[in-house]
Amino acid sequence: MSSILTHSPALVMALPLLAAFLTPVVGRFNRKILGWFISAILGLTLGITILMAIQILTNGSMIYVFGGGDAGLTLPSGYTVPIRIIFHIDGMGIFMGLITAVVSFLAAIYSLSFMQKESGLEKYYALLLLLATGMFGMEFTGDIFNFFVFLEIASISSVALIAFRSNFSGEPAEAGFKYMVVSSISALMVLFAIGLFYGQYDVLNMATIASVMQFTQLDKIALILLVTVLSMKAGSVPMHMWTPDAYSEAPAAITMVLVAASQASLYALFRVCFSLYNISLNTVTIGWIIIILGVLSMFIGVTMAIIQKDIKRLMAYHAISQTGYMLLGVGVGLAVLANPVALNSFGIKAMEGSIFHIMNHAMYKGLLFLTAGALFYRTGTRDLNKMGGLANNMFYTTIFFIIGAAAIAGIPPFNGFASKLMIYESVYKFNPLLSIIAMLVSILTLASFVKVFHSAFLGPKLEQYKKVQEVPKSMLFAMATLACIIVLFGLFPDVIVKNLVHPAVMALINQTNYTATILGGI
Amino acid sequence: MIGLLETGSGYWNAITWVIMVIAVGAAVIWLRNHGEDKYKKDTDQTKPFLSGNPEISKEDSHVSASHIYWGFTEALKHYYQPLIKLHTGNINDYSGWIVLVMAIIFIVVGVS
Repeated sequence: MSSILTHSPALVMALPLLAAFLTPVVGRFNRKILGWFISAILGLTLGITILMAIQILTNGSMIYVFGGGDAGLTLPSGYTVPIRIIFHIDGMGIFMGLITAVVSFLAAIYSLSFMQKESGLEKYYALLLLLATGMFGMEFTGDIFNFFVFLEIASISSVALIAFRSNFSGEPAEAGFKYMVVSSISALMVLFAIGLFYGQYDVLNMATIASVMQFTQLDKIALILLVTVLSMKAGSVPMHMWTPDAYSEAPAAITMVLVAASQASLYALFRVCFSLYNISLNTVTIGWIIIILGVLSMFIGVTMAIIQKDIKRLMAYHAISQTGYMLLGVGVGLAVLANPVALNSFGIKAMEGSIFHIMNHAMYKGLLFLTAGALFYRTGTRDLNKMGGLANNMFYTTIFFIIGAAAIAGIPPFNGFASKLMIYESVYKFNPLLSIIAMLVSILTLASFVKVFHSAFLGPKLEQYKKVQEVPKSMLFAMATLACIIVLFGLFPDVIVKNLVHPAVMALINQTNYTATILGGI
Repeated sequence: MIGLLETGSGYWNAITWVIMVIAVGAAVIWLRNHGEDKYKKDTDQTKPFLSGNPEISKEDSHVSASHIYWGFTEALKHYYQPLIKLHTGNINDYSGWIVLVMAIIFIVVGVS
């Protein structure tokens, strides 16, 4: 058991990565067990991630040095800087890792039925595993070049998965192409920023770069490049336009994972600002830039959502809007990072609200996309104008939709309410107007989902959907699991905030701990 | 106390909220059960009165998504028209927005 724990960071990566290459072989022998094989691999990965979370939250950050004799030895005798690839998993990293593990596993379960009639499933599942690997890597690595590699793995597999169902309605290939272009731009900029760091400091380990950061003009340029492209990858307005295209065309289970992938970029943005630069940067300016991006995302996202007629495009715009809440809270935390009084008074709480919202959003937005997928699975359309009366035939899907919609609209007692309340109350102390805008956006979110509920579920049975039945059990299981998480997180938010969210926020804020874990207090 | 979340300026307890909702809901149902008892199911009493016009079928009366919030979008058409125009669907524009935002951040960080 202790050996598994010691090597768990490598195992979490190796399991999906090796299984991805094994998938075509398994599919060749027995196509029927392929989905179950992938689900078992991702289930095992989830189990190991949970073990890692318990270990990290009990004993502190976890280090894994690849290629060294001792997995925990970052500086072998004679070395002053770490040169090997090091996984550095702290409270924030494992928080994101848990999200990735849960959504990847549930995506595989949901796909068992949802993708059953599709051809090329070996490719689909292999890409899903590679996407999960890329996301885990982005969240666990402590090496900035290694981060770039995993960003690329996640992006390339995402592109292929978005374009996967090109035989269905819509323009999946076009959406995949658009995502490929914006991902390439972001990858290029990230690589350029890495070059600037390496050219100045001769190191790639993030903790080491943080410890020697001079905040030169080149560091400023690297920061600007990283903030811009990582915000774009997170779906921030006005760089959000790829999001509705990609989210609406990808298969529903993949859309759920794409939301988590966007959040991995958001995590990277926070990691850069807090762990790499921290108070060496002009926290007020960068904090306000993130706040403004957040407010724009919240407001433009929700107002664009209201006018959509395609259920998945509508939900995609809401994903943009919800990302705004995360940017807002963390932006406030960053803006007051250099002011200990304000940070302790409301900054930490604002960040807790936002970080909690990341997990909540992954769960309820995942659930909503799965319900949209369930509707598409049975009706063959995403057009809300063509839907109606489906609550008569799809009872469980309706219940799950109500739970997801109530959670995203911030209705108590669901999880979205708890995190939004934390954001409202703490951000109000920073700037009341921002808090009022956030509340207004919540009201518009509710209005938007009332529209979806009325259009798709309410009303009499329509002639063309009289024979529609509830979706298969594997799809229901994935939706039910997310619904249970939403309800439990809503009923006991204090447990999650205390045990998962607070350690994540403190891991971000405390840069000294981050560097000392690798460099031993240098 | 389990379920008690510190929110920054106060506290939130979902368990208490649920208990309150159940209690208020029970009171409302109790009151309703003591209300008017002249309601007769499946009679003309249950039909809506539409100025004497016959009731249209339920299938025809379902309001589709495009018509919901028409008034809202119409009132905000000066906000929506340019906003929709910006969403061209053209990848060149997507890239342009990234460059534009990057340039703005460059200027803001540069002068601050």
